[in-house]
Amino acid sequence: MASHAIEVRNLYKIFGPRGADYIDQVKSGLSKTDLNAQYGHVLGLQDINIAMPAGGVMVVMGLSGSGKSTLIRHINRLIEPTSGEVLYDGVDVCRMNERDLREFRRHKTAMVFQKFALLPHRTVVENTVYGLEIQGIPAAESEKRARYWIDRVGLSGFENHYPNQLSGGMQQRVGLARALTNDAEILLMDEAYSALDPLIRVDMQTVLLDLQKELKKTVVFITHDLDEALRLGDKIAILRDGRVVQQGTGQEIVLNPADDYITAFVKEVNRGRVINVETIMKPLAGNPQGMPIAMGTVLEAAARAMTTADQSVAHVVDEAGRPAGTLALDTIIAAMVTPTGHGETPQAA
Amino acid sequence: MALCDYLPAMLCKFPALSDSTIRAGRKTIDDGFKAFVRSYSDLIDTAVQPLQVFLNFLERLFVTSPWPIILIVMLVIVYLGSRSVKVTIGTALAMYFIGLFGLWNDAMVTLAMTTVCTIFAVLLGIPIGILMARFDRVQATVNPVLDVMQTMPSFVYLIPVVMIFGIGKVPGMIAVVIYAVPPMIRLTNLGIRLVDKEVLEAADAFGSSGWQKLKNVQIPLALPTIMAGINQTIMMSLAMVVVASMVGVGGLGKNVLGAINNQFFTVGFLNGFALVAIAIIFDRTSQAFGKRLQKHSEVIHG
Repeated sequence: MASHAIEVRNLYKIFGPRGADYIDQVKSGLSKTDLNAQYGHVLGLQDINIAMPAGGVMVVMGLSGSGKSTLIRHINRLIEPTSGEVLYDGVDVCRMNERDLREFRRHKTAMVFQKFALLPHRTVVENTVYGLEIQGIPAAESEKRARYWIDRVGLSGFENHYPNQLSGGMQQRVGLARALTNDAEILLMDEAYSALDPLIRVDMQTVLLDLQKELKKTVVFITHDLDEALRLGDKIAILRDGRVVQQGTGQEIVLNPADDYITAFVKEVNRGRVINVETIMKPLAGNPQGMPIAMGTVLEAAARAMTTADQSVAHVVDEAGRPAGTLALDTIIAAMVTPTGHGETPQAA
Repeated sequence: MALCDYLPAMLCKFPALSDSTIRAGRKTIDDGFKAFVRSYSDLIDTAVQPLQVFLNFLERLFVTSPWPIILIVMLVIVYLGSRSVKVTIGTALAMYFIGLFGLWNDAMVTLAMTTVCTIFAVLLGIPIGILMARFDRVQATVNPVLDVMQTMPSFVYLIPVVMIFGIGKVPGMIAVVIYAVPPMIRLTNLGIRLVDKEVLEAADAFGSSGWQKLKNVQIPLALPTIMAGINQTIMMSLAMVVVASMVGVGGLGKNVLGAINNQFFTVGFLNGFALVAIAIIFDRTSQAFGKRLQKHSEVIHG
C-alpha cells in the first residue's frame, strides 16, 4: 500500500496583491510586523515544515490569527501558497493543474467545516451524497453509501430533514457523514468542533476516534483547544503568528514545552489524561509488585484502577505481558499535578 | 443683468456650438440612421418576422379561446403556483369584474403581451446576471448600461426602435423588455454574489466544477433574490404596456391612452384598475410560488 502521508515543506503564504514580490525579503528575515507596516501585506504562514503521519491524526493547534485555517486550506489548495510544497504520495499539490486538482479534491480529500457549510436547500441525505454526486456516481449507489454513513454518525431517521431543522451538533454530524461518504484518504477538519457545545464536542471527538480506529485515514484536525488537540492528536503542531512553535506527540509537548507561550498553554492541561505510565515508571527492582498495568495507559486511568483495587503499588507491562517497570500511586499523583516553577512566570493566556 | 455689462459676453452666455453646426450634425446623424434603416429594412423585417408571427399567434390564442377555458387554465395555474384558495378566489373575482365591464378581450391582449415580455426578460436577464456575478469586468460594463436603461425616458428609446421596426407589437415588446429587464439582471447578480462564501468553499473542497457550483449552490441559494427579480420584472412589464400602447400595442394600455387623449375619466380608471388587478394576481402567485421554493429555510430549530 502506498504511503498516504502528507508532507508540508518550506511553506510560505503572504496575503496581499503582490505577495510574491516580498517572499525573498521574508525568507531573509523580514518580520510579520515589518511586512505589514512597510508594504501592507500580511504574512500568513512562514516556513512551515510538517510531516503528517499516514493513517494518523495530525492536529494543528493555534489561537485565532495563528494561520491554522490557512494551513489546512493549502492541503487541498483552497488557498494558493506563495512559496513551498505540499506533497502527497510524492506529488506536489501546489503544482497540479486545474483538472488534476479537481480530481485530487474529489477522490483524495474530504473536508469538514467549522460552520458546517451544508447546502440549506438540500435534505440530510442530499447533502451527504454531494461529493459522490459531483463525481458522477449513480444516484442509487451514492445514496446507499450516504445512508450507511448517516447511520454510522448516528443520524438515522433524520435523512429527510433540512439542515436548519437540526441542532448544531447534528448538523456537524451531517458534515462528517458528507466527508466520510466521499471515502477519501485524507480527512481535513477545520475547527470542525469549535462551534459545538462542550459536551457535544466530546461526544463528536469520540465519534471521530471510534471511526478512526477502523478507517485509519490521514486526518488533519484544526483546533484552538489544547485539550481537544491532546485527546485526538497522534501528532500535534502548535502554530503562532504563522510559524510552527513546537511539534511532537501530546506527551512531548506537555512534558517539554518549547517556550513560555506553550508553557502557558500546557499549564491548564489535565496531565493525567496525557502522560502515559511508561513515561514516569521507575526501573524494576526485584520482583514485580502489585497489579499489572499495560503500557500506553494514561495516568488518570492507572490511578483509577489502582484506587479501585486499593493498591498503592503497581507494575507496568509491555504488550507481551512482560513487566517493564514499577509505579507507585504517589508518583502518579505527583506527575498529574502541574509542576511549579516550570519556566519563568507564565504569560497571561 | 448689471454684472454682465462689465463682463465679456463669453462669461454671460454659455459658449454653445452655433445653431448651424448643431443642425448639420443632427441632420447627418439622423439621415445616416435613416439611410441605414432603409437599406436594411427588408433584412430587419425578415429577422423579426418569426417574433411577429409568434406574438400574433399568442394574442389570437388568448383572445379567440372561449373565456371559460382561459379562466379555468388561469385559475389552475394560479392555484398550482400559490397553493392558496384565497388567491385563487381573488383571481376569479378580478377576472369576473374585468369581463363584466367589457374589458375581457383587452385584458387578454395585455396578458399575452406581458407573458411574452416577462419570459423574454427572464431568459435574457438571468444569464446576463450570472455573467455579471462571475466576472467583475462584465459587471463594470453592464452596470452603467443598466443605469442608462433605467433612467432614460422610455419615449426616447422608442424613437430608434420605431424607426427600425415601425409600429406594432415587436417594437412594443422591445420597449417593454428594455424597461423590465434591469431588475432581473441586477437581482440575479446580487443574489449570486451574496451566496455564503463558506458553502462555496465547501463546494470547491469537494471538487465541484464551475457549472456544478452554479447549478448546485449559487442558483439555489440565490433563488429568493432571483424570484424577487422575476416579480419586479412582471410588475414593470405591466406598467410599461401603457407606454407601449403608443407604438401600437393593443389591450388595456391602448384604452388608457385613448382615455387620456379624450379625458374619459371613468374609462381611464376602469382600465387602470384592470391592470392593477392583473398585477396583483401575478404578484401574489409568483411570491407564493417563490416562498414555497424556500420552504426549507423557514423551519425553526426543532
